[in-house]
Amino acid sequence: MEFSEHIKTANVEDVVLRRPFYQPTKGTLCVTGHHLIFSNRGGDSARPFLLLLRNIDAIEKRPSVSSGTITLKCKDLCVLQLDIPGMEECLNIASSIESLSSLETVSEMYPFFYRPPFLSLQDQWGLSSTEQHYAQMKEIHDGWRVSQVNRDYSVSPSYPPAVIVPHSIDDETLVKAARFRQGGRFPVLCYYHRETGTVIMRSSQPLSGANRKRCREDELLLQAVIDGSELGYIIDTRSSQQAQQARMTGGGFESKSCYRGWKRLHRQLEKGKVLQESLIKLVEACGDQSHSVDRWLSKLENSKWLSHVQTALSTAGLVAECVERDGHSVLVHGSEGTDTSLLVSSLAQLILDPDSRTLAGFLGLLEREWVQAGHPFQQRCAHSAYSHVRLRHEAPVFVLLLDCVWQLARQFPLAMGFSEPLLLRLAKEVYASDYGTFLCNSDQERCVTGVKERTHCLFQSLLRANERQHYSNPLYERTELAIWPSIQPPSLQLWKGLFLQWTDDALHLVEAQKVIQNLVSQCHRPLNEKVENTDG
Amino acid sequence: LEHSDKQVRMLDRFSNKSTSGTLHLTATHLIFVESNAAVTTILHHHIASVEKLSLTTNGCPLVIQCRNFRVVHFVVQKERDCHDIYSSLLRLLRPVSYEELYAFSYNPKQNDQQREEGWQLIDLGAEFERMGVPCDQWQLTDVNRDYKICDTYPRDLYVPITASKPIIVGSSKFRSKGRFPVLTYFYQEKKAAVCRCSQPLSGFSARCLEDESMLQAISKANHNSRFVYVMDTRPKLNAMANRAAGKGYENEDNYSNIRFQFVGIENIHVMRSSLQKLLEVVGSRSLSASDYLLGLESSGWLRHVKAVVDAAICLTKAVTVEGASVLVHCSDGWDRTAQVCSLGALLMDPYYRTIKGFMVLIEKDWISFGHKFADRCDQLDGDPKEVSPVFTQFLDCVWQLTEQFPQAFEFSEWLLLQIHEHVHSCQYGNLLANNQRQREELKDRTHSLWAFLLSEQQNYVNPAYCPGHAETHPVLEPSTLPCHFKFWRNMYLQFDRSMHPRQSILKNVLTLKENNRQLEDTVKELEAVSNLSCLPVCLLVCLSLHSRSLFHSLILAMSLSVCLLVLILSHYLTLLFSFWVSWSLSHGLCLNVSASCSVSLSLSVSVQKFFNLKALFAREICLITCQNQNSQKYKI
Repeated sequence: MEFSEHIKTANVEDVVLRRPFYQPTKGTLCVTGHHLIFSNRGGDSARPFLLLLRNIDAIEKRPSVSSGTITLKCKDLCVLQLDIPGMEECLNIASSIESLSSLETVSEMYPFFYRPPFLSLQDQWGLSSTEQHYAQMKEIHDGWRVSQVNRDYSVSPSYPPAVIVPHSIDDETLVKAARFRQGGRFPVLCYYHRETGTVIMRSSQPLSGANRKRCREDELLLQAVIDGSELGYIIDTRSSQQAQQARMTGGGFESKSCYRGWKRLHRQLEKGKVLQESLIKLVEACGDQSHSVDRWLSKLENSKWLSHVQTALSTAGLVAECVERDGHSVLVHGSEGTDTSLLVSSLAQLILDPDSRTLAGFLGLLEREWVQAGHPFQQRCAHSAYSHVRLRHEAPVFVLLLDCVWQLARQFPLAMGFSEPLLLRLAKEVYASDYGTFLCNSDQERCVTGVKERTHCLFQSLLRANERQHYSNPLYERTELAIWPSIQPPSLQLWKGLFLQWTDDALHLVEAQKVIQNLVSQCHRPLNEKVENTDG
Repeated sequence: LEHSDKQVRMLDRFSNKSTSGTLHLTATHLIFVESNAAVTTILHHHIASVEKLSLTTNGCPLVIQCRNFRVVHFVVQKERDCHDIYSSLLRLLRPVSYEELYAFSYNPKQNDQQREEGWQLIDLGAEFERMGVPCDQWQLTDVNRDYKICDTYPRDLYVPITASKPIIVGSSKFRSKGRFPVLTYFYQEKKAAVCRCSQPLSGFSARCLEDESMLQAISKANHNSRFVYVMDTRPKLNAMANRAAGKGYENEDNYSNIRFQFVGIENIHVMRSSLQKLLEVVGSRSLSASDYLLGLESSGWLRHVKAVVDAAICLTKAVTVEGASVLVHCSDGWDRTAQVCSLGALLMDPYYRTIKGFMVLIEKDWISFGHKFADRCDQLDGDPKEVSPVFTQFLDCVWQLTEQFPQAFEFSEWLLLQIHEHVHSCQYGNLLANNQRQREELKDRTHSLWAFLLSEQQNYVNPAYCPGHAETHPVLEPSTLPCHFKFWRNMYLQFDRSMHPRQSILKNVLTLKENNRQLEDTVKELEAVSNLSCLPVCLLVCLSLHSRSLFHSLILAMSLSVCLLVLILSHYLTLLFSFWVSWSLSHGLCLNVSASCSVSLSLSVSVQKFFNLKALFAREICLITCQNQNSQKYKI
């Protein structure tokens, strides 16, 4: 196998591994194509420690004469240390890890080799398709249809083959409208609100450019969305200044005169480099061992992470308010329409739609709004907070989404069918995974590289019976109402479960969660048992 | 005095929402009844300030700030009414004698004996016994029987066996306000003592041999350590400044066996303005996340909270790890000293982490040792410079610990909030006045807070509490990383519901537990009865299903319901009715068994939501489905 040429030293004895929550242990370290395997020398009952190389974000080596120390900083924010006897071994191991953890070829990645006994490649990949999703929503069949215009990904390379569009708009119009939108991402339906009959759409920015070009078909498409009602809202996730500036580079916004009935609101959400740097600063602050409260608070403030959470939630709240309280349809877009638009539209759906708050519903939402909708996972999650590599396309938009969902779940602890461990699992899987779900940047790439045929789907796996139990919220009580989050700063909190998960104190919290869980299941169990007994 | 004003609106301070209703003013309370019958009640003692703002087109705004951090904003339509309310409140705000306080008019329908018993629930003598005092090294002294040596200390004091009366008297003369070193907590495992006192009157060079022998005695009482730590909880600068006024701190050269150290907790004035700043920050509208964090930082509140916790950790380590005795003091030894001693004890002794134990702790370190509740909590019209949130800060520290160790505490934050509420409510005698001597006269006519809290202690239980935690972690070792110190929203914004989680896990789990307990009782009752009448019921069901004629089944269904009526106690009549309806319906229409079952199920489910008696219904349903199944078998 070609991995072997990267592996200079495969086995080292007498390595000491230091990791959070465990005493330092001595054992054998082994480098394979995808993993770092550490087995305890006594090794009778203890299972070997397995680390996906892809999970390693940064590696620091300090070789000395007779030994060396390698510090591994992982994308799941865990920091490990290996003490390796022998300088040469140390350097060899370090360079093997370096080259193997930064392999870019998708088909060489671990998901293509992961074959657990409990899953079969014959299983359906993914939870649902656009067609199935459409078929479930009977009430939209009159006004909306599934268009296969993108079946060969020629109209929009980042869209899935099928999208939902207004019935009255034919494919030809869509093709023309797509040419007027960045990356061909023309407005498509992402959520239909039964109570008011209004919708949330998303797209990318219109390419009106410096000389204010127009596109008849794009205008028609949006006209068809608010057909009948007078007003629709366009929530632009850029500031109006940014939107103006975008015109200089060929982008732009919907002008009032061309799009009658549509009212444009600007809410600036950060993305890209700003967001990535925010995460880096936050993680740095969380790792700071200083004991000064002032220093901590100023670092936390300086990271601006909670400001991003606040803006994302408030924008999503605004979208939900337009749909639920004002009864108007909404179009969300930023520039590319693959980051902040997805963030806002999926949060708005969580606020509004009880179906998306169940475990399966939430995973379905992520699949629709992130995986199928073409969030470029591979680019965004190539590196996490520890990497020293120069930033290219990295941005923790998905982590920000998970944080916002966590804030929602904290404010409505009974309304969500899933629990914090699910969010933590997703935050880990999105950076390094055994599954193919978060590979590639779009549906098209996934087809080309054979992800759907040759890897397993994370979402399917999470819905297996025993996993499902672990990730369900024991206190869940479905509510049909919209859940309006408070966005006042005192209501928002740092997500300790993620950002401080490797500190000792996290253990107390996890234990307490377990106690509550047991308590709740105990409260339910005796009665269930009695019911069963009487049934027998 | 009695007022009623119909056209009043109450504004939410964070949103633009407002509700209209009627404002009533009684002798003890301000009551606002909204048009939807929701009631807001504010005890006059809780009101810290009333402010009349300038007239607007909607009416006359009145802003009331409360000591329990409630801020209410009323708009009274007529200016005259507003002025009336304003001036009456101003009169009520400043009680000058204890007799005017609510505690003397509060009557919870108890007779004198019950009231007396309430006062005896917490017994500090028994508490010292629990710690293992008196013992061969520590004894009870009666020097302060008549509050003669120190009028801010309790009557019963514990001192080293070798501390003779002249030593005590001499030492007390050398200490500010006569507060000489006494025992407050005894760590039995290492025989190490936590003692407390006030600052010595050392000035720049004064010495007192009795005081030196007092510390010597404390040191000798502990064989584990050759020295005693003296923890001055003040910043060094403050302590040095005190020397100019003839006060100061212990000189290590004069005391042969002490290790002296400063801890650096700021004084009451700094704490007062810090909390004020904090409240200003979190009370501002449309606050950005950045401004919030910056404001949190500049208020310094969390820094002060951490300083107190750090001091307690330092104390705990000295006692539990080194086995050394520690003497804690500040200036007068009733603010910072109380904070550090009680918080330290909470870390060292799992007993104080129980509901009753926590009350004992407050009774011991705060009430009996003379924390000046009346002055600090502004109970009577007094010097505003004496007011300071020292006790609130202690509760805040405890809350920070409960957040770090969710399983270690038997009580939840609701207990802390409730205690805080009553420190200011002046409803109970415990937390009135400044010291035990003043309090003794008040006790005869007031009620005990502890009796009230213990009577409803199930409300304050922390569902995540594990009694086993005490054995595995007898001593808590909290992390002092700053990220563990958080703003306590449920305290400082407790009345701003819009900021709170819309659903509470705590409340939900407690309700679940309580429901479950009730249901198990019901199930037991049911089982007892159903054993007797099961057979005839089954027979009846079988018969009723077998005979398909309309007439028959109607009669049989009715007789069945009568049977069920016997089966279930009469207070579930309503519920029974629904079953009866469903049964007679399904039988009357000659539906088959499964259909009838589903009808009864669906009906019961809809009723179930209404009554919120889930599991009882599950039981009911299973009884009936079981009978259905039996009958099906019979038919086959």
